Amino acid sequence: MSAQGSYAHAPGFFVGDRPRIVTSRFEYEDSHTLERYLATDGYQGLRRALARPASEIHDDVKGATVLGRGGAGFPAGTKWGLTPQGVFPRYLVVNGDESEPGTYKDRLLMERDPHQLIEGCLIACYAAGLSQCFLYIRGEMALAQERVAAALNEAYAAGYVGKNVLGSRFSIDITLHWGAGAYVVGEETALIESLEGNRGMPRLKPPYFPAAIGLYGQPTIVNNVETLANLPWIARNGVAAYTAIGTATSPGTRMVAVSGHVNRPGVYEIVNGTTTFRDLIYGDEFCGGIRNGNELKAFVPGGGSAPWFTPEQLDLPFEASQIGPAGSMLGSGAIMVMDHTTDIPRAALTLTRFYAHESCGKCTPCREGGTWLERILSRIVDGKGTDADIEQLFEVGESICPGAFPHASSSKLGLSATPFPYRMNTICFVGPSAYAPIHSALTLFREEFESRVTKRHRIPVTASGASS
Amino acid sequence: MSTTETTPDENLPPADPNAVRITINGREVEARKGEWIIAAADRSGDYIPRFCYHPRMNSVGMCRQCLVEVEGPRGPMMVVSCMTPVADGQIVRTDTPQVKRAHEGILELLLANHPLDCPVCDKGGECPLQDQAFSHGPGESRFIEEKRHYEKPIPISDLVLLDRERCILCDRCTRFADEVAGDALIHFTSRGNNTQVLTFPDEPFSSYFSGNTVQICPVGALTAKPYRFKARPWDLDKTESTCTTCSVGCRITVESSRDQLLRYQGVDSDPVNWSWLCDKGRFNFEAVESVDRLGEPLVSRDGTLTPVSWSVAMRQAAALVSAAIAEGGASSVAILGGARGTNEDAFAWASFARSLGVTLTDAQLADGLPASVFGYPQATIDEAASAKTVILLGPDLKEELPVLHLRLRDAAEKKRSRLVELSPKETGLTRYAWNSHLYEPGHQVDAVDALLDDPKVAAQIASGSVVVVVGRANLAEAPEFTMAALQRLTSRVPDAKVLPVLRRGNVRGAIHAGLSSSDAVGVLQAATEGRVNCLILVGADPIADVPDSDLARRAMAAVPRLISVDTFMTASNQNADVILPAAAFAEKDGTTTNLEGRVTQLARKVTVHGTARPDWMIAVELADVSGAELPIGSVHEVHDAMVRSVPEFAPVSRDALRERPDGILVAASRESRHEIATRTPNERAGFAYRLVVSRKLYDGGRNVEKSPSLAGLATGAALHLHPLDLDRLGAPEGAQVKVISDRTSIVMKVVSDPSVQRNTAWAPWNQPGANIGELIDATRPVNDVRVETL
Amino acid sequence: MARLTEDNVRLAREIIARYPRSRSATIPLLHLAQQQDGYVTNEAMAHIGELVGATSAEVYGTASFYEMFKFEPVGKYLINICGTMSCALMGAEELIHHAEDRLGVKLGGTTADGNFTLERAECQAACTEAPCLQVNYRYRYRVTPAEFDGLVDDLAAGRLDAEIPAHGTVARVRQRVTPDRMVGAVPPEDVTEAPVWMDGKAAL
Ligand SMILES: Cc1cc2nc3c(=O)[nH]c(=O)nc-3n(C[C@H](O)[C@H](O)[C@H](O)COP(=O)(O)O)c2cc1C
Ligand code: SF4
Ligand code: FES
Repeated sequence: MSAQGSYAHAPGFFVGDRPRIVTSRFEYEDSHTLERYLATDGYQGLRRALARPASEIHDDVKGATVLGRGGAGFPAGTKWGLTPQGVFPRYLVVNGDESEPGTYKDRLLMERDPHQLIEGCLIACYAAGLSQCFLYIRGEMALAQERVAAALNEAYAAGYVGKNVLGSRFSIDITLHWGAGAYVVGEETALIESLEGNRGMPRLKPPYFPAAIGLYGQPTIVNNVETLANLPWIARNGVAAYTAIGTATSPGTRMVAVSGHVNRPGVYEIVNGTTTFRDLIYGDEFCGGIRNGNELKAFVPGGGSAPWFTPEQLDLPFEASQIGPAGSMLGSGAIMVMDHTTDIPRAALTLTRFYAHESCGKCTPCREGGTWLERILSRIVDGKGTDADIEQLFEVGESICPGAFPHASSSKLGLSATPFPYRMNTICFVGPSAYAPIHSALTLFREEFESRVTKRHRIPVTASGASS
Repeated sequence: MSTTETTPDENLPPADPNAVRITINGREVEARKGEWIIAAADRSGDYIPRFCYHPRMNSVGMCRQCLVEVEGPRGPMMVVSCMTPVADGQIVRTDTPQVKRAHEGILELLLANHPLDCPVCDKGGECPLQDQAFSHGPGESRFIEEKRHYEKPIPISDLVLLDRERCILCDRCTRFADEVAGDALIHFTSRGNNTQVLTFPDEPFSSYFSGNTVQICPVGALTAKPYRFKARPWDLDKTESTCTTCSVGCRITVESSRDQLLRYQGVDSDPVNWSWLCDKGRFNFEAVESVDRLGEPLVSRDGTLTPVSWSVAMRQAAALVSAAIAEGGASSVAILGGARGTNEDAFAWASFARSLGVTLTDAQLADGLPASVFGYPQATIDEAASAKTVILLGPDLKEELPVLHLRLRDAAEKKRSRLVELSPKETGLTRYAWNSHLYEPGHQVDAVDALLDDPKVAAQIASGSVVVVVGRANLAEAPEFTMAALQRLTSRVPDAKVLPVLRRGNVRGAIHAGLSSSDAVGVLQAATEGRVNCLILVGADPIADVPDSDLARRAMAAVPRLISVDTFMTASNQNADVILPAAAFAEKDGTTTNLEGRVTQLARKVTVHGTARPDWMIAVELADVSGAELPIGSVHEVHDAMVRSVPEFAPVSRDALRERPDGILVAASRESRHEIATRTPNERAGFAYRLVVSRKLYDGGRNVEKSPSLAGLATGAALHLHPLDLDRLGAPEGAQVKVISDRTSIVMKVVSDPSVQRNTAWAPWNQPGANIGELIDATRPVNDVRVETL
Repeated sequence: MARLTEDNVRLAREIIARYPRSRSATIPLLHLAQQQDGYVTNEAMAHIGELVGATSAEVYGTASFYEMFKFEPVGKYLINICGTMSCALMGAEELIHHAEDRLGVKLGGTTADGNFTLERAECQAACTEAPCLQVNYRYRYRVTPAEFDGLVDDLAAGRLDAEIPAHGTVARVRQRVTPDRMVGAVPPEDVTEAPVWMDGKAAL
């Protein structure tokens, strides 16, 4: 057991000789201190940014196409540009609520290099003309909260944050805010509700696109921790240096966490767009293969919400434009690996239980459907289910996500892929996410369910009650 | 028009640049920019099922039942119609298989945890969930899991119970409490599948508006104590009418079964109540059904009131009137009251008075304002609720005219209007006011000048339309100071319109009909001086109503002949010579006039109690028997005569009214606005506190007292002092203290209340415990009191 | 104890001052209340309502939405064992069963001595370190049953007091901004202009 006290290296973090943008200080014991930060080019990017007009910095970030790392993958610079002309004040809300199953990166960035995040926030606020920054950290992350609080106190005292940053005309407050345990609050509109002191229930988009109507009804930029952590490096080394890494559509690097049945589970900063899942799972500089030389059965490519892949998709690169058509998403850079010993229905249950439990309760399909799915599935897992239950899973799923649901192709099953995304009857993705693992498991490993349930002659399965 | 919340036609967009054309199920429909698809569909007759949507509240898009298909760039998209704005050229389908499948799916999920106890549910028969389950729900539920279980109905207030098992979490009641009523005392708690509506422990949902949540609950989760288990909706027989509990005149349906009143429901009248009601108006139907109602005429035989036939009673009454006239002429006969009935009632009594030459009449009981308040350019409720600036120079609307309070609160919350308040004590609107000043009673005019001299306020007032809401803020003070302040306001802000807020149900109708040729204080004084030979009380109880109990008592004692027309025994008619039982609300047809001059129709729903008769009939017969022929035989004839002879009522012919369920506005015929002479407020002369007395919603009035569900809600008498004044007095909170005026002294509870300004003492009017009226001298400009610890 | 103490009210006002609208301080103040009493009392919620301008029902509505707020006392140490996929794949269920046996309570239960409350938690963002758990929100990674027993012993013996405060305290370091450095939060309605540095010129 490793206590979080020791930081010879961040647990599960592996360096290797790859280009590093956001994790460059991780091997230092004191990487979270201002002293170390300054000794390693800290706040140089900010200084350079402030020496130029804000609009130029905004253009740089646009030019660098820094893809959002929170899940949606929307380019940050473009998002900043969506705020309505002439409406002020505008706010920055930093999404540090990291809780998507399998995701582990933002916490490291906050614990290990808080000043880098702070500098990123400052650059974003300067470039997009934002009046105040709220840094929302997940409630259960005590150390991250302490490290960021300490860093903020240092930075305020040293003049990097607050009135007249570095003696310039740029003044900004960064307010540390923390949650209290609710996954859905990671959704940006729920995050805003929570920040306003309310229950973290998502708002309907449209009309509530945060960039137009966000915190206190004002234009608000919500960005992920990792997204912002990229900005100091870009400000320091320039757009060209950044786009030189990765591909044109997915430049730079990104952090991914690989967990489950691999030899070296861990968090890796990988080159965007080119690295493949095979590299990650089997490459020696990464996870070095499946434990005990077992076979790979399936993996979740982009966080618990993402439809599953099988070995057939191993050679796909970290490139959204290729993952979508293949039937899933890159999401939050979380890969969960299942070897051949995995009990698929049980594994699916651990995810469905998660989303059912985390439903905010606003939408009927999610509130009622999520729990219903969980109950049926656990019944099946416990060997108490019937084949009617299997049909019922699809039925309830249909009420949450009407129409074809995305899944990977499988030559073994003669399936061709149904591309991402899906249609949904809910406000946010929690509802559909409760169904996603079930749909993947049922589509790719149906026999594992069949073998578990007792056969009954079919009972009505259409919603109208008519037998089919 | 009905209580079902389809978007009211009044929202129909004017054909203007704001109009957009969309296609719903193949038909072109005109809609207004920015409105939701569901609102447009309601008008085009394409009903979309919904649970959480309510046209009078912000959409939340929670229940997902209103999903429809909208043509998008990438084919049809499922969107919630309650939160998707219309757009020109938009193509909407509400009837595709996909939409139907979605509706069925949501419905099955909603029913998953819903106890199917419809047979024992108040809502059964008028339940949207039940209806939709029947029309396109799944045959039998395949939800075989254990349903959610909660303690069956828990009281969340004195009037409302909550059954969390039935709740489908549509957020209607909670949104209403927060958005509309401003009493966020019920709220979602917990999360996800465990979400439930609850109050905070030991903080009940004590809102004056709680009954509305029962009406808008789309299932039987919220039920009203006065109605629970009383009837099944299909037994209910309803008719539309207007609430006359106060002068806002909310439109309602009066619902009865087996000739018994069972409930009132709010109707969405766009110019008035937007479907909302206050709990007093909603639940005081119990008073109509009260066993204490007067059912037969009574005459005093050697000191005891004895039941007699109508003819005997009428002859007796007529005899009293003619004897009085014989003794002292028609000028010695007085009529007080008439503001609680219909326009027809008031007109009949006015005609009666005119036919005999009676001039001592007043529909108000020294608790309102002079009729000249109608001499100013009049504003409607809509005009007030959309004026840039609303100047409040009156009573606490939340306590006296609750639904007007909601309309003005909405105007302030939605940033349409800024409220500027002048009052002797903080009110329910103070926290929404942009600018709020407390004045000492008697110094309103100075307060007005100070206010208008403030450049910030002057700029605000100059920025657009101004409406002055004026009424009687303090019963312990003569009306002259408020009238003078109004005069000053309207002369310094010439474009200002005025909305008089006199409280009693049909006071404006009674005044227009001609029932206020004198004033109550004058009448009562005349009585004490033996100049009133016969007094007729028309639904009036001077001893309880007039803010000068001693004067009222002496007057009643001095009057040799007393006739009372009432629905109950009162403090004032104990010693009447004749008591004539009157028909109550919902027992008679007619019309009423609300505070803005809106005339609407009242409908009879149940047969009268005993042999009671409508006032108009009593007036007409009394005239007959007294030999003063009134050529009138039916309520319709009274109405027609009124339309012919009263200029104000000229526009409200019966045909015209039938066309317009929301009513017709009548304008006051301009009375000359005579300069108001104000006396200088008397010196404090050792009395530490200036007395402020005003109403609470629940008081000792008959409507409340005779409604079992409401009776317990009266706050009880107490003297309220500013915390610092209470310290100065050195009495502990809740202690009994002696309150002394130069009239007399009474003992009552004292409480600390930061909403009271220093050096004034506030007490609620007509509350059980102690009678504050004993301390008030209605002939004084203002009243002061001294407080002593016991 | 129940309403916030004077010191905590002072701290509360300092926190409220950082937000353009005081309602935003609701969750931080609920944490403060839980730090004070170990759980969130009704009196504290009513008090917080007064401080941020909300009804008690609204404060409770917010508080009860979030996992971390407890409305009756829990153990000095709240042990959350992650049960979501990555940890489940690496034996979380076995660890949970072991923990139940070791502590003699079921999930959600508190030991008789009031020392430990055991809960199943959802993903704790330590998926690569599975199975993992938190004690009062301090992590333990790749926990074996034997290591779990050691942890419980250390906690019971107070050997970890320096690292792990009693339940209620999350972060031990707070943001503190000296007035001279703080720009100051302004209600949105009072801001209409673009920030000064948005004038097309460099800020430095
Ligand atoms: C249910 C749900 C949970 C989410 N959780 C997170 C999260 O924990 N962290 C995060 O950064 N984004 C999360 N997101 C994405 C955010 O809504 C938002 O897109 C993101 O923070 C934007 O930042 P970015 O553009 O820098 O990625 C979540 C979205 C959904 C629908
Ligand atoms: S999908 Fe679920 S979590 Fe998302 S808003 Fe709807 S109910 Fe809440
Ligand atoms: S009515 Fe539209 S979601 Fe409920």
